[in-house]
Amino acid sequence: MKLYELTIHEANQLLKEGEISSKDLILSIIERIKQVEGKIKAYVTLNEEEAIKNSEEIDKQKDFSNPLSGIPVAVKDNICTYNLRTTCSSKILENFIPPYDATVVKKLKVCNAVIIGKTNMDEFAMGSSTENSAFFPTRNPWDLERVPGGSSGGSAAAVAAGECIYALGSDTGGSIRQPANYCGVVGLKPTYGRVSRYGLVAYASSLDQIGPITKDVTDCAIILNYICGWDEKDSTSANVPEEDFTKSLVEDVRGLKIGIPKEYIDEGIEEDVKSAVFDAAKLFEDLGAKCEEISLPHTEYALWAYYIIAPAEASSNLARYDGIRYGVRAKNYDDLIDLYKKTRSEGFGAEVKRRIMLGTYALSAGYYDAYYLKAQKVRTLVKRDFDKAFEKYDLILSPTAPSAAFKIGEMVDDPLKMYMSDVCTIPVNMAGLPAISIPAGFSNNLPIGIQLIGKAFDEKTILRAAYTFEKAVALEKRKPQLD
Amino acid sequence: MGYETIIGLEVHVELLTKSKVFCGCSTEFGGDVNTHCCPVCLGMPGVLPVTNKKAVEYAIKAALALNCEIAEYSKFDRKNYFYPDLPKAYQISQYDMPLARKGYIEIEIDGKIKRIGINRLHLEEDAGKLIHEEGKNYSLVDLNRTGVPLIEIVSEPDLRSPEEAWLYLNKLKTILQYIEVSDCKMEEGSLRCDVNISLRPLGSEKFGKKVEIKNLGSFKAVKRALEYEEKRQRELLEQGYEIVQETRRWDEARGITTSMRSKEEAHDYRYFPDPDLVPMVIDRKWVEEIKKTLPELPDEKKKRYIKDFGLPEYDASVITSNKALARFYEECVKLYHDPKTVSNWVMSELLGLLNEKGMEIEEIIFKPEDLIKMLKLIDNGTISGKIAKDVFKVMFETGKDPELIVKEKGLVQITDEEELRKIAQKVINENQKSVEDYKSGKEKAFGFLVGQLMKETKGKANPQLANKVLKELLS
Repeated sequence: MKLYELTIHEANQLLKEGEISSKDLILSIIERIKQVEGKIKAYVTLNEEEAIKNSEEIDKQKDFSNPLSGIPVAVKDNICTYNLRTTCSSKILENFIPPYDATVVKKLKVCNAVIIGKTNMDEFAMGSSTENSAFFPTRNPWDLERVPGGSSGGSAAAVAAGECIYALGSDTGGSIRQPANYCGVVGLKPTYGRVSRYGLVAYASSLDQIGPITKDVTDCAIILNYICGWDEKDSTSANVPEEDFTKSLVEDVRGLKIGIPKEYIDEGIEEDVKSAVFDAAKLFEDLGAKCEEISLPHTEYALWAYYIIAPAEASSNLARYDGIRYGVRAKNYDDLIDLYKKTRSEGFGAEVKRRIMLGTYALSAGYYDAYYLKAQKVRTLVKRDFDKAFEKYDLILSPTAPSAAFKIGEMVDDPLKMYMSDVCTIPVNMAGLPAISIPAGFSNNLPIGIQLIGKAFDEKTILRAAYTFEKAVALEKRKPQLD
Repeated sequence: MGYETIIGLEVHVELLTKSKVFCGCSTEFGGDVNTHCCPVCLGMPGVLPVTNKKAVEYAIKAALALNCEIAEYSKFDRKNYFYPDLPKAYQISQYDMPLARKGYIEIEIDGKIKRIGINRLHLEEDAGKLIHEEGKNYSLVDLNRTGVPLIEIVSEPDLRSPEEAWLYLNKLKTILQYIEVSDCKMEEGSLRCDVNISLRPLGSEKFGKKVEIKNLGSFKAVKRALEYEEKRQRELLEQGYEIVQETRRWDEARGITTSMRSKEEAHDYRYFPDPDLVPMVIDRKWVEEIKKTLPELPDEKKKRYIKDFGLPEYDASVITSNKALARFYEECVKLYHDPKTVSNWVMSELLGLLNEKGMEIEEIIFKPEDLIKMLKLIDNGTISGKIAKDVFKVMFETGKDPELIVKEKGLVQITDEEELRKIAQKVINENQKSVEDYKSGKEKAFGFLVGQLMKETKGKANPQLANKVLKELLS
């Protein structure tokens, strides 16, 4: 048995039965990391020694009633971990060791989850390929010449390659779902406000949301149970009644009304991806759901409005990295302004600088109304499109990304083309809605997925449909070949 | 050509909440550097602000005391600029939807009440402090103050002279101290003031180019800076120059303002709504509850003193200008039948001594009961009013019971007619020239003789009795 291939619920079963120990599991993962990490480069920082120590303590307690107990998790490197380096894959935070845990990390630690390492990402979550990491690109386990997607590329690749049992990512415009799609795993972006953002290093505060990247839908529901909830430290977290998302893991989509927005299966979408969506629709119909084509007319503006709002917020959120209090400071400088200029010039990568400049411009006196304010209005329209659709439909089905994973280097010189890879996921963040990406097949031996979008705080319907689909779809049992 | 001076004030006041406005750190003044800090107020990666409800309550309280309308819906915005004392490189403030608007303060100028409009009042966070050590090529940052709640109170350009500005500031401070939302100590930085001043030709409707003045360390500095700037601008205009719209810095030592930066160099703060904080929706009921907690404010108190205590307007103004002084006065009045007598003692002796010693009313060591006891000693003839002033001084300095002071110092008034007659005779014997003068019609000489008698008795002679005895002996 290859322990590193287990899901959370499988591993928990074995732990409970005493078949394996947490340490066995951790050692299997560490062994796997040794084998494949040289090819994948999913991790920025490994926490092996601490993880082994943790697993030994957990094994002593022998309490595996919590399904996450003793199970290794990889955490995206923009989620703060106490005493464990958190870099956002940026040079400017290369040496940053947080004196606090993000709320989600605290919650996982309460469950006795074991943090195995911090995963690579596009610098400050800005990107769609993990090529914008200041340290190294991560490779797609299905094809090492290709990107794992981004910005949570390290997390998705680690899950797909068996370098962890599950991972946390963050999603501002598709950063969980798009890499999950490219790596053939499941990725859930919860409703904005469902999961506390405290300790998530902000990229675009009104869009960021933490979520799970897992091997199956069941694991997704389990993790959501333990990371969600109102947090007094996050004013934007929602105080909604608690629910048990594993109760949604039932094979039943009868009577569900599913809309398929025509704008999402437009000319920019590859044929195999379209087919996957239509095949999924057919499957849902066969299982008793009703699928219809719908229209979300403002979709085409969502992407461009996103590239005003997200950079605007980022320009302010990233202003604190000035080399004064923490992080890296330029070595030689003449005065205060020079210190700022050199620290930020040396510390940030090209894409981060591009977005800081975009955002600064959009907020400048005289341009605010034309850019930021107008983009906010577009955002309202995008949200209204969804509101209207959800008056009639329970779920929206679409591609997660226009294509399967692209080649490393293919788009680095064409940021606009790169931005298009998030065209199906960005409107969801703009509207603050929950959505999942689940594997739906292969295109030229590369995994592709579908996206299910739900009403605000209706993750349970998404999980039910996703679970039903996962059970019903006759996917080839393929795994990436890394040996 | 005559000019009219137009002044507007921006006042920042630190609120007296125990914890900071967006985190739980202490707001206490004077701790060791960088000890009242946490990841949130240090602006570390990933942290989020959470609004302190008490700070909002205090801000609403201040707004109500300043007759403002409280916005049902307001929001926080980010004011973006780089500076080492600002850890996030933005200040959480309120831009286009402040907590309160349209208030006013009344000041009294040349015996008339003048209403000064308040344009807006909003809540924001304070920045830290830079410490520049002499002779060092670096500066240090202390972030204890970072995140202390501030309210910014912006007046309308209704002030027409430095004097009015000074009165406005004093009134504002009194009100805020009354409602106990701030201690308004300018020397500790809990009250700070920037001013805008422009001149326009008399009769003109259009405002002239305004100059903002910063670095004002006291109300006196505000007044002096405005007087200087008023004169500077008038002279420039009279010589046909234009005023440059700019920010100037008050140089206290030299007593002048110097240019800091021009309008072109002004920051673009790129305000936008803070996505980390949800808009504030203020419940009317809450506002009503806060309103109920407002104490009697200085203007109402003053009116009551005039009406109920029969005090002259001036006395009432002075006593009500300080909440602690008013409290002391009222406690005295409760124990005594004549409020005006109490007022006389407070106005002259008490304030005189406080002023002389540079003390605050809170620091006095005697009680209202002691002052009243002393007044009763005058009333029952134990001491004279003149002696009472000495007793008061001792009481002020030692906090001793006035009866004890009188006894210890042997200050009891001489009311024994026979004893006084003996002393008066002695005075007459020793001052024959004055006696002759008096008898030849020089009234003044009598005063001299009374003085001599008082000197002889160390001021303890009952004045009426002394007069009577002397007159009898001389007739």
